[in-house]
Amino acid sequence: MTEIFGIPTQALFGQLLIGLINGSFYALLSLGLAVIFGLLNIINFTHGAQYMMGAFVAWFLLNKTGIGYWWALVIAPIAVGIFGVIIERTMLKQLYKLDHLYGLLLTFGLALIIQGLFRNEYGSSGLPYSIPSQLTGGQNLGFMFLPNYRAWVIVFSLAVCLSTWFVIEKTKLGSYLRAATENPELVRAFGINVPRMITLTYGFGVGLAALAGVMAAPIYSVNPLMGENLIIVVFAVVVIGGMGSIMGSIVTGFGLGIIEGLTKVFYPEASATVIFIVMAIVLAIRPAGLFGTQK
Amino acid sequence: MLEVRGLNAWYGESHILHGMDFDVAEGEVVTLLGRNGAGKTTTLKSVMGMVGRREGAVKFQSKELIKLPSNAIARMGIAFCPEERGIFSSLNVQENLLLPPKVRDGGLDVGNIYELFPNLRERLKSQGTKLSGGEQQMLAIGRILRTGARLLMLDEPTEGLAPVIVQQIGRTIASLKRQGFTILLVEQNFRFAQTVADRYYVVEHGRVVDMVANTALEASMDKIHAYLGV
Ligand SMILES: Nc1ncnc2c1ncn2[C@@H]1O[C@H](COP(=O)(O)OP(=O)(O)O)[C@@H](O)[C@H]1O
Ligand SMILES: [Mg+2]
Repeated sequence: MTEIFGIPTQALFGQLLIGLINGSFYALLSLGLAVIFGLLNIINFTHGAQYMMGAFVAWFLLNKTGIGYWWALVIAPIAVGIFGVIIERTMLKQLYKLDHLYGLLLTFGLALIIQGLFRNEYGSSGLPYSIPSQLTGGQNLGFMFLPNYRAWVIVFSLAVCLSTWFVIEKTKLGSYLRAATENPELVRAFGINVPRMITLTYGFGVGLAALAGVMAAPIYSVNPLMGENLIIVVFAVVVIGGMGSIMGSIVTGFGLGIIEGLTKVFYPEASATVIFIVMAIVLAIRPAGLFGTQK
Repeated sequence: MLEVRGLNAWYGESHILHGMDFDVAEGEVVTLLGRNGAGKTTTLKSVMGMVGRREGAVKFQSKELIKLPSNAIARMGIAFCPEERGIFSSLNVQENLLLPPKVRDGGLDVGNIYELFPNLRERLKSQGTKLSGGEQQMLAIGRILRTGARLLMLDEPTEGLAPVIVQQIGRTIASLKRQGFTILLVEQNFRFAQTVADRYYVVEHGRVVDMVANTALEASMDKIHAYLGV
């Protein structure tokens, strides 16, 4: 029987895997929040509800129309993204000139309404959503058993995160986005339709949340409150990484997932709070977050 | 090329421009002179559509701009180089240079811009705001030359720069003029403005109070000094 620091490797790697899975969702969700906050200056409290909506769209597609997981990965982010675009056009855009607080209150209120509606309709016990047939089963790696679906979630979310980072940091489109984050008036005076860019950015950030929701459906089941529980941790991740930093939110998301997983192995009592402990420490030492710059 | 009539502008509640009237003809270099706070920057921003509320008439190539948003105004062929330069810190020099999209044919290509400002070529991968003040000004001017805009509005391009750089910017403006660009310049540095301008408008309290042609400059020197309070 192999052990590391007196812990069976099976347990260690098992928790590490759970940490990476959670980290994948933290990263995807905090990335969307960071992109939205950067350009819109709005802390999108509806993010958790939009994640949940992504999962529900996948569930509807499967149960009402027979459309499976792979199409849901495409359709749900677009559908929920369009919903986001409508929210931005009709409500958020009224708030840009006001304090952060108004955006936060509006999006928080919306989250409560959306979650309330879903809960009314579907209760709070989860609806099952099964793993797509191509990804059932798993690999025996010798030191642990790796379910295929979980491996897919980690690899795919990492790929989505890195592609998003690449587009924002290395492409022309991304340079518009970065510039508009700094000085939207000037970018607009160069001839770029910044309001449209803001709308699409919100739609994109929301779409990322919905994508995470689809990926989560087979793991956590589909539940009206799935986002509410997760989003609090994700906000802690965002605070630790630093508001608005793209790479920061990716690294922090995965990193904190792992830290949380390892805490479950070494000191299980603290596993539910470790992220908030890290947050408190980071806030005390670097108030702008690990990767953030003071605005 | 540009005709401004009865232009009023507000920042929130404060009424800043009180009926500006002036013209810029094609190929001219026109300078707005005036004390700090007279409303020169606000005038450029109002032409560009960058202030919250404005009224009056702003015609560019006979098309009315007053109702258009700034992105549409830029697309008509007007480019603005702000007083604070507006170099983006999250973009490197090359990205800053290539940021403004082409709105018309006939802009300079990147090679021409490097000829005007050789320093930029050496620093393409540096963070935009790591450049010296003079280099940032060159970048701020250089990037609007690519767009094909025919009217360039430059807000105090020599502010705070060393004399050699001021000369370089003066040569650039002269060269742009020879290439047929129309330039609306804001300058506090009257000695600099003298070397490039065809005409001057004096701005006071959000109004044009006088116009002086470069040919009449010597005769008007005392008057101008009185306006500027120097
Ligand atoms: N963003 C702003 N909000 C409110 N007032 C402003 C703003 N910008 C400039 N002002 C005021 O408008 C007046 C004209 O400013 P400005 O156009 O910058 O003058 P100039 O460029 O001639 O020095 C000044 O009194 C200034 O205080
Ligand atoms: Mg000024």
